[in-house]
Amino acid sequence: MMTFEYAPAPESTAIVKIKSEYGLFINGKFVPAKGGKTFTTINPATEETLTKVAFAAPSDVDKAVAAARTAYSKVWSKMPAAERGKYLFRIARILQERAREFAVLETMDNGKPIRETRDIDIPLAAAHFFYHAGWADKLEHAGVGSSPKPHGVVGQVIPWNFPLLMLSWKIAPALATGNTVVLKPAETTPLTALLFAEVCQQADLPAGVVNIVTGDGSTGSAIVNHPDIDKIAFTGSTAVGKGIARAIAGTKKSATLELGGKGANIVFEDAPIDETVEGIISGIFFNQGHVCCAGSRLLVQENIQDELLEKLKRRISQIRVGNPLDKNTDLGAINSAAQLAKIHEISNSGDVEGAERWSPQCDLPGKGFWFPPTIFTGVTQAHRIAQEEIFGPVLSVLTFRTPQEAIEKANNTPFGLSAGIWTDKGSRILWTAKHLKAGVIWANTFNKFDPASPFGGYKESGWGREGGRHGLAAYLKGNH
Amino acid sequence: MRIDVKKTYKLYIGGAFPRSESGRSYEITNAKGVFIANPAQASRKDLRDAVVAARSAFGGWSGATAFNRGQILYRAAEIMEGRSAQFVDEIVAIEGITPWAAKKQVQEAIDTWVWYSGWCDKIGSIYGSTNQVSGAFYNFTIPEPVGVVGAFAPQKSSLLGLVQTIAPIIAAGNTVVAIASQKLPLPAITLAEVLATSDLPGGVVNILTGITAELAPWMGSHMDVDAVDASGLTAAQDKELRIAGSENLKRVSTFKSELSPQRLLAFMEQKTVWHPIGL
Repeated sequence: MMTFEYAPAPESTAIVKIKSEYGLFINGKFVPAKGGKTFTTINPATEETLTKVAFAAPSDVDKAVAAARTAYSKVWSKMPAAERGKYLFRIARILQERAREFAVLETMDNGKPIRETRDIDIPLAAAHFFYHAGWADKLEHAGVGSSPKPHGVVGQVIPWNFPLLMLSWKIAPALATGNTVVLKPAETTPLTALLFAEVCQQADLPAGVVNIVTGDGSTGSAIVNHPDIDKIAFTGSTAVGKGIARAIAGTKKSATLELGGKGANIVFEDAPIDETVEGIISGIFFNQGHVCCAGSRLLVQENIQDELLEKLKRRISQIRVGNPLDKNTDLGAINSAAQLAKIHEISNSGDVEGAERWSPQCDLPGKGFWFPPTIFTGVTQAHRIAQEEIFGPVLSVLTFRTPQEAIEKANNTPFGLSAGIWTDKGSRILWTAKHLKAGVIWANTFNKFDPASPFGGYKESGWGREGGRHGLAAYLKGNH
Repeated sequence: MRIDVKKTYKLYIGGAFPRSESGRSYEITNAKGVFIANPAQASRKDLRDAVVAARSAFGGWSGATAFNRGQILYRAAEIMEGRSAQFVDEIVAIEGITPWAAKKQVQEAIDTWVWYSGWCDKIGSIYGSTNQVSGAFYNFTIPEPVGVVGAFAPQKSSLLGLVQTIAPIIAAGNTVVAIASQKLPLPAITLAEVLATSDLPGGVVNILTGITAELAPWMGSHMDVDAVDASGLTAAQDKELRIAGSENLKRVSTFKSELSPQRLLAFMEQKTVWHPIGL
């Protein structure tokens, strides 16, 4: 049989001008960190160094918080709400104008496919600013009473899996509600946040309203523990989230926490099988599985398991792994050596504990960090790969016989972020959705995001919501 | 001359009125130091039993229709109204306030049940939403009860503070393990008698009397308690409970307003559901 090979279709990197070094963005200007300390960020698909960025010490965080406090009390909280909103509209427009530049830079710094940064990350980031811009002068409708007030200075710490998108989830609602921010991007993916700082300059955003400090966990800790920060918004691991909950106990700080997940993707026997296969693929292989709401546990009704797995394996065999800048790439690079080691470690426990591993034939590039799309069958609920978040392209397959059993297994986790339901029967969708302990439920679809749609988890997946009216309300103090 | 038949004040767990498994009680006196009663001093084990009862009752209560829950909260108001005189006497005895002030407190407590009764079937339409996402999807968000809630009633109010604490928690569809005011616990047990005769399923409300400082750490570290109303705790107890509660990320709240839908929403999770639109 004749087969057609894909020709390489790399996106040009000429649109991106990476500077040789980046400072911290404090009070509207790029400044070096204390003592000129820096760290490097690399392209995880090639292991090549992209540039150096400043490493913020606690004293740098102090300066950023002071700038944010001054901007809050002198400028941002006094500005008419409609004018505040116009700045967000400006930012949304500039992000759209520079979308391709952001997409390429994000792919280089993160390792995710250009198809995703171009079609999902960057457009959604711009949409978040546009959506929240329109909220700025309508806050009395946010559901927290007739005279909502901002918290003041918000400290925000974001992860590496959706760098610019997570920045927009954090900064857009904070600014729309009249707060000012100090944001720390993840250590391995600082570059689009620093490019965003340039967008703030182009938008002529008042100095100090947005401050971006790059660094590692110690920088994040300095933000969380800073006495002049009023609210914390964090996206990341459940372990760090619990640490934040402890750190702010007994303080005036409130917190929004978006933490880990182990989403159940439930397939009933009457599911439309081809659409379901696509949904399972999107659920676990989107963004290399570096997704807190990934559908990482497939719960399939026992009598259709064989048929489903056969089709699923055939579809996984068609996934194209490789150069993230190639427009035909489906699965890009794992974000870091550390994350790759973690994926290996938990996956290996699946072998040891008796699950059966399967991956397609797959040529991985010699340089960079790579993991093939992988599924484990014969998984039991006690296996680590059924309980722990792997945060990689690894799917654990479990079975069930009755809808009640599906619910019991789906909810048998300390997490409660997302879940999927695949069935043709409407009443079964609503019954299942009602009984699932999860904050986001995708029925006959998966991994869809929108600024108007609240996102966040039950149980140990976090506190509060982001997006929609509910997410906005988390940035406001009501009179209750 | 007739000798009064005095009441033994016990705990309220799973719809029954047991003594503390520890066999302990503690002495309650009025403001002038005169002995009133020896209510049960709940232990860690009693608290754990109450959480088990609350968890067992959660499925039925959260699965009941909101209209049904609303009627049961209203029924509690009806039964309290008939028992007003008893509550007034107890509040006068324990708080040392005038009968007039005690009567005001009882009436306000009854009206609190009525107010929260009406919220049961409205919280979803006011605080849920349909979300206009960009794409061919139907997308809605609904508030759902968080689960088992631990509640520390305000220390300074024997009856009203407790009702203001419990009513919104169960109106939202949660079940509750409530710790009564340490020094003013007796009307709480009489309230339990009201609830036991109000068609409220056993285990939806559990009420413990005892030493707040002894029980708070166990509530904070209990992994099957989803959320806590910490209103009745000191700042130090509140902080300690939040630190222990971080282990399962308990939702811990205190409140400024006695009557507010935020008292329901603090103990609810927002669930968002997506479905494609197509032929």
